[in-house]
Amino acid sequence: MSVNQEGSQEAIRRRSWRDIDLRAVAPFVALALLLLVGALVNPNFISINNLANVATRSAFIAIIAVGATFVISSGDLDLSVGAMVAFIASLMILFMNSGVIADPVLMLLAAILFAIVAGTLCGLTNGLITTVGRIEPFIATLGTMGIYRGLTTWLSQGGAITLKEPELQEMYRPAYFGTIAGVPVPIVVILAVTAVAAFILYRTRYGRHVVAVGSNRDVARYSGISVNRVRTVAFVIQGLCVAVAVLLYVPRLGSTSATTGILWELQAITAVVVGGTALKGGAGRVWGTICGAFILELVGNIMLLSNFISEYLIGAIQGAIIIIAMLVQRSLVRKS
Amino acid sequence: MTTEHVDGAPVVLSARRISKSFSGVQVLFSVDFELRQGEIHALMGENGAGKSTLVKILSGFEQPTSGEILLDGKSAKLPANGAAEALGIVIIHQEFNLAEHLTVTESLFLGREVTRFGVLDRKFMRAETRRVLDLLGSHVDENAMIGSLSIAEKQMVEIAKAISRDARVVFMDEPTAVLSREETNFLFRLVRKLRDKGTSFVFVSHKLDEVMELTDRVTVLRDGQWIKTSPTSVLDGEAIAQLMVGRELSSLYAAKTEPDIDEEVVLRVASVSTGYVRDASFEVRRGEILGFSGMIGSGRTELMEAVVGLRSRLAGEVLVRGQPVAAGDVHAANKAGLAYMTKDRKAKGLLLNSGMMANLTLQSLGRHSRLGYLDPASEEAALAKARRRFDIRVRDEKIVAGRMSGGNQQKLLLAKVMETDPSIIIIDEPTRGIDVGTKQQIYHFISALARDGRSIIVVSSEMPEVIGLCSRVAVMREGQIAGVLEGDEISEQEIMRYAAGLKKKTAA
Repeated sequence: MSVNQEGSQEAIRRRSWRDIDLRAVAPFVALALLLLVGALVNPNFISINNLANVATRSAFIAIIAVGATFVISSGDLDLSVGAMVAFIASLMILFMNSGVIADPVLMLLAAILFAIVAGTLCGLTNGLITTVGRIEPFIATLGTMGIYRGLTTWLSQGGAITLKEPELQEMYRPAYFGTIAGVPVPIVVILAVTAVAAFILYRTRYGRHVVAVGSNRDVARYSGISVNRVRTVAFVIQGLCVAVAVLLYVPRLGSTSATTGILWELQAITAVVVGGTALKGGAGRVWGTICGAFILELVGNIMLLSNFISEYLIGAIQGAIIIIAMLVQRSLVRKS
Repeated sequence: MTTEHVDGAPVVLSARRISKSFSGVQVLFSVDFELRQGEIHALMGENGAGKSTLVKILSGFEQPTSGEILLDGKSAKLPANGAAEALGIVIIHQEFNLAEHLTVTESLFLGREVTRFGVLDRKFMRAETRRVLDLLGSHVDENAMIGSLSIAEKQMVEIAKAISRDARVVFMDEPTAVLSREETNFLFRLVRKLRDKGTSFVFVSHKLDEVMELTDRVTVLRDGQWIKTSPTSVLDGEAIAQLMVGRELSSLYAAKTEPDIDEEVVLRVASVSTGYVRDASFEVRRGEILGFSGMIGSGRTELMEAVVGLRSRLAGEVLVRGQPVAAGDVHAANKAGLAYMTKDRKAKGLLLNSGMMANLTLQSLGRHSRLGYLDPASEEAALAKARRRFDIRVRDEKIVAGRMSGGNQQKLLLAKVMETDPSIIIIDEPTRGIDVGTKQQIYHFISALARDGRSIIVVSSEMPEVIGLCSRVAVMREGQIAGVLEGDEISEQEIMRYAAGLKKKTAA
C-alpha cells in the first residue's frame, strides 16, 4: 500500500548493463564478428574503400528493408517490393524518355516527384487491398507482385527500358556515383532514411501505434486506434521507401528489364529479420534492419574475396543466414 | 461440507518443502501441501501468492528448485509438459486448450486416437465420448465443433477429457470465472459426484462463497509461504480472507454516495439495438455508479461496446450531455468523454509483451506529443503518477505487462483507461480473477472516481459487487434490459428474479 520509495533510484538503475536487450544487440555483434572474419580472410577487406563499396551496394535492399520494418512491425508482410522497384523504375525512365518537359533540370525534378507519387500509390494499393479488402497480406501482395512484374514486362515488351537522353543521364549520375563530403551519396541516403524512420517508429504516436497494432490488434482497437489506417500507412511508407531506392537505382544503370529487383523482397525480409524485428509483428528495429542489410552484403563480399566458397552459393548462404537468425532470436527470447 | 469421508483417506499427491525460484526471484518458500483421495481441496491466496506456481509444479509443468513431490507416498519426478496426464494428473486451465476446428470427439481423443488396423476407429471413439458425456449428464453433441460450443460447454468437454483419461487428480484454475450461476451449480454437482467416486480435486479460486460451498479442505498461501491448511467447515469466508491478506479487511466497499436526484444526466442511451441487444435504454447521472447485472451472454458487453462505438448499432441513440455520439466511432466516443474498460485484459486490454509505460499511454499518446514528437519525460511522469495513484506494485521497473500479476494488470488497465480523463467510464468485470485485497482497492478506486464527479457503469457477474457498489442496478436478460432496481430493491434475490425472467419492468 505504501508509496514506492524506489522512484528516484529507478531512473538511475534504468540504464544499467543488465537492461540491455540481447535481441537488439545481437545483429551488431554479428556484424562485428563478420568484419573480424573478413579482415582475417583478406587484408584488403577492411579497407575504407571496400567497406564503403559494400555499404553503397547494400543501399537498395537497406532502404527497401526500412519500409519493410514498418510493414512487418504492424503485423503484415509485403512481397511485392521487388516487382514494385522494377515497375516504378520502368515508369520513371519511360517518363524521362517521353520528353514532355524540355528543360532537363525540371524534367529530372518532375521524374523524381513522379517516382515518389508512383511509390505512394503502389503502397496504398497494397494497403487498401489488405485492409479494406480484408485479404491476407501474403496473398494480397503476392497478387500485386504478379501485377507489378507483369506490367513491367509488358511495358518493356520483354526487353529492356533504357534512359535515352544522354544529358539527363549525365546530370542524374551523381545521385548514385557522387559523394557528399567524401561519403558516397547512397550511404548518406541510407543514413537519412533510417534516421527519419527511427524517429517515426520510436518517437511519434504513429510509431507507437504501429507496434501496438502489430503485437495485438484487439488491444489496439480497444485503445481507440484505427487499425486499418495504421496498417495502410505502413504499406504507403513501404511504397515510399521503394521509390527512394528507385531514385538511386535508375542513375546506376539507366536501364530496367523484367528481371530488375528479382528476389529483392526476400532479401529485404531477411534484412529485417536478421536485424531483430519479430516476423509476427510487435517490435520494430530500424537500425537493426540496416545492420541486417549490411550483413547480407558483407557475406557476399567476403565470399568474393576469400575464394574458399563459390560466389554462386550466395543465395544458399543468405537462406542459411535467415534460418540462423531466427534460431538465435528464439534462443535469446527464452533466456530473457 | 462434510470432511468425514476424507479423514484418513490415503494421500494421493503431496509436496514437501517445495521451493521455487524464477531467475533469482524466489516465489515459493518451502511449501507443504497434501491432497487426499476423494477430496476437494481449495488452494487460496492473493495474486502472486504462488498458487499457480504450486499448481504447475504439482502437475509437472515446472520443476521445483528444491523439495520433493510424492505420488502415492513415493518420491516422484513428474514428467514435463503435460506428460503427467499419463499418471492421472490433469489440469483444466482457465483458458481452455481446445482447438476450435476439432469436434468434441476429436478433442477428447487428441493425441491418443484409437485405431483399428492403422485406420481411425471413429465409431468406437464417438461411442466412448457419448458414454463419458452421458456419465457427466451433459447434452453436448459429440459431433459438434468446439468452436460452436458455449464457454460452459467447452469446460464440460475439458472435464470429459479429464475423465476419459482416468484422471485421479484434477486441478481446476478459476473454473467458474466464466460460468453463470446455473452452470456453476451444474459443475459443482459434477465435481462432487466424481469426488465421491474417489477423484481428487484442487480448486483454485478467488470466490470465497464457492470455496465454502464446494470444498472439503482449504490451504492458504501468502507471499509464497504456506499459511494454513484446515477443514473448510471450521472456517468462514471472513477468516479465509484474513488468512490470505494477513491483515484485517476493513469494509470491502466504500460507503455508497447516491447522486442528487436533480444531478445532470450525462449519458442517455435511447433504444439502442445491435444484432442481439434490442431496444436498450438507460441513463446515468453525474457521480453515479450504475450496475449492470445479468447472466453471462445476456448482452451486457455487446450493449456497452455499442455505446462506446466498438460495435456498430442498428438503431438507437447515444447522447453525452445531450450531444449525440456517432455510431461505431470509438474516437468520437472517447472525445465525448466515454471510455470502456474491457473485461478481457489479456487479449483486449494490454500489450503483454510491452512494458508498463507503453501500455499506460497507448490510448492517450496525444497528451504526450508536441508537434508529433513524443516526450518521454512526460510519459514517465504519467507512469510514476499512475503507479502511485493506483498502487501498481512491481519488482522490476521494466517488467512486461504479461509477467505482472492479475491484480497489477487490472490496476494498470484501469490507469490506462483513466489516462484519457473520461467523464463516463464503463468498467466490464472490474475484478475478474483478482484477489480479495486488490478487489477492495479497486472498489475504493471506483467509489473515489464517482465522488470526483465522474459517472461509472459497472458491468459484473458477481452480484455482491454490483450490490456493494451501485446505487442503481440494471438487469439484462436475453439482449434486453429486464429492469432497473433502486434502493432497497437491490438484492441478490431480486436481481435473480429479473435475470431469470420471472419479473420484468420497463427500463428507467
